[in-house]
Amino acid sequence: MYVAVKGGEAAISNAHALLADRRRGDRNVPALRLDQIVEQLGLAVDRAMGEGSLYDKELAALALLQARGDLIEAIFLVRAYRTTLPRFGYSRPVDTGAMLIERRISATFKDLPGGQMLGPTFDYTHRLLDPNIVGDEVPQPVIRAAEPERAPRVTDMLGQQGLMEPDGDTDPEGEVGDLTREPLDFPLDRDLRLQALARGDEGFLLALGYSTQRGYGRSHPFVGEIRIGEVEVEFDVPELGFAVSLGRIRVTECQMVNQFKGSAKVPPQFTRGYGLVFGQAERKAMAMSLVDRALRARELGEDIVAPAQDEEFVISHSDNVQATGFVEHLKLPHYVDFQAELDLIRRMRAEHEAKEALE
Amino acid sequence: MTALPQYNFAYLDEQTKRMIRRAILKAIAIPGYQVPFSSREMPMPYGWGTGGVQVTASIIGPDDVLKVIDQGADDTTNAVSIRAFFAKVAQVQTTTHTAEASIIQTRHRIPEKPLTEGQVLVYQVPIPEPLRFLEPRETETRKMHALEEYGLMHVKLYEDIARHGRIATTYAYPVKVEGRYVMDPSPTPKFDNPKMHMSPALQLFGAGREHRIYAVPPYTEVVSLDFEDHPFEIQHFAEPCALCGATEVYLDEVILDDRGGHMFVCSDTDNCEERRQAGHVGSLGTGREAAE
Repeated sequence: MYVAVKGGEAAISNAHALLADRRRGDRNVPALRLDQIVEQLGLAVDRAMGEGSLYDKELAALALLQARGDLIEAIFLVRAYRTTLPRFGYSRPVDTGAMLIERRISATFKDLPGGQMLGPTFDYTHRLLDPNIVGDEVPQPVIRAAEPERAPRVTDMLGQQGLMEPDGDTDPEGEVGDLTREPLDFPLDRDLRLQALARGDEGFLLALGYSTQRGYGRSHPFVGEIRIGEVEVEFDVPELGFAVSLGRIRVTECQMVNQFKGSAKVPPQFTRGYGLVFGQAERKAMAMSLVDRALRARELGEDIVAPAQDEEFVISHSDNVQATGFVEHLKLPHYVDFQAELDLIRRMRAEHEAKEALE
Repeated sequence: MTALPQYNFAYLDEQTKRMIRRAILKAIAIPGYQVPFSSREMPMPYGWGTGGVQVTASIIGPDDVLKVIDQGADDTTNAVSIRAFFAKVAQVQTTTHTAEASIIQTRHRIPEKPLTEGQVLVYQVPIPEPLRFLEPRETETRKMHALEEYGLMHVKLYEDIARHGRIATTYAYPVKVEGRYVMDPSPTPKFDNPKMHMSPALQLFGAGREHRIYAVPPYTEVVSLDFEDHPFEIQHFAEPCALCGATEVYLDEVILDDRGGHMFVCSDTDNCEERRQAGHVGSLGTGREAAE
């Protein structure tokens, strides 16, 4: 005999108790500490900070631990916390030209002021599983003393020669949009688009960026420069009348240099695709700059023929917190609607059978 | 470690609530029009009722009595979760009884018991745009609404008739509000559409992921789209509820075995329980249940 299922509350709380148990795993294995995650799973922490849009390593580590290592779940935890924080204001634009650089490479010039620095990269490692790293003590790397030479951005150097378009016509004193405070209204300006891309899903942007390389909205890109390091965040305090430093954050910046044949008004010159992400997130920054450039098709008068150039398509689907919520909501009960469909299908089948019987 | 803050009453900060209330007021002033609002990340996933939760959080006060239903039932897991959320962050009284609630948050159903003046029905909406599956672009659908260009929707309904002999839309059946905006009633079965028409209750719709709020003020005309020769009609069930014997209510089918055995029971669990307590018994119901 059917009795309407009661006990949703008990089921939920039992499920969560089991989740906590599975998260902790075998009690004989020492529990992870947050500092271990911050120090040894740093790139996962960086991704949770970047797509979570909150620069706080310990919170991101906590989110990763709580999410059992599920990155999108961790990003979601960080976002849901971030949204509750009060806004004091907006920082001054960070000056990536003044970055304390740990890695800096250019694919367009063999040598350049400030030099090339590989930094802590997976590039040129042989991807051979190395059992020796488990529990191994790693010797201190040799660190060269920082050179006083300033490393100007490659795009700035190209810009001085007029070969590179200027850095956009955004009014430096103008208000910057904030997609966390205003609903998106398509078509977007580039500031909002870059915000959306910066918190967009790495996998999604990677696939879209890749598609532009394979001919779906080709943009002839060169890595003008990738730089990773720390930049100062400054905040204007109205009461003081000057900017104070809030501290330094690590960011990855990618400037993609793209061909542009010019138009009736603009001479042939290189155009930019831009990527800027919290932490060390080179793949994301590169993918972001490819997609940013592709999305400038409208602005540059290019034909919009490929998915990566379609702003509404890209930005509406780039947020993995939104995407995962809506995809996963399909597991919520839908039996009311399904009943309606069941009823319709049965009725239509009955009519179909009746018609066949007549013939 | 960053100190965790105390959460505000009903979770959202007052600035955010004010922003959402403004959107709600605008929505009430333009019935059926989708008002963009700056949706927040909530501590539950997008697509799981964040729009409804934000609307409820913005209008709820300490004296409110909240009912939450999903698929018509108070005890579905997500309804339990949302009710527990508000019990925790707003310490409000909750109920399962439709008549006792001042705010009812719902997913996919409108309660069977007619709503009254002063009640607010908050719908969780996944896709607020009724034209979305005809035209995926926001920039285009916005224009179509502005120009009252709803021909495409009628063509879609007509194609249904040409192909299937009837309008094959069974839920999220489009309505026209106060003779102006075509609106998505959220994925409620079309059975519930007539309940929206001239309802004494205020109906608010929140779509969190899609950043939209819309509303049907009390006593507003809500007409389901149809044709003269194919008038709108709701679902009818061949048998009454097996537990309480109710007819003219929406029923869920419950599979009893793997040989095709099934029964139909009320989707609105509160209505069903109240009827059974009042002594109504269906074909498979027992008197004993009424005492439980």
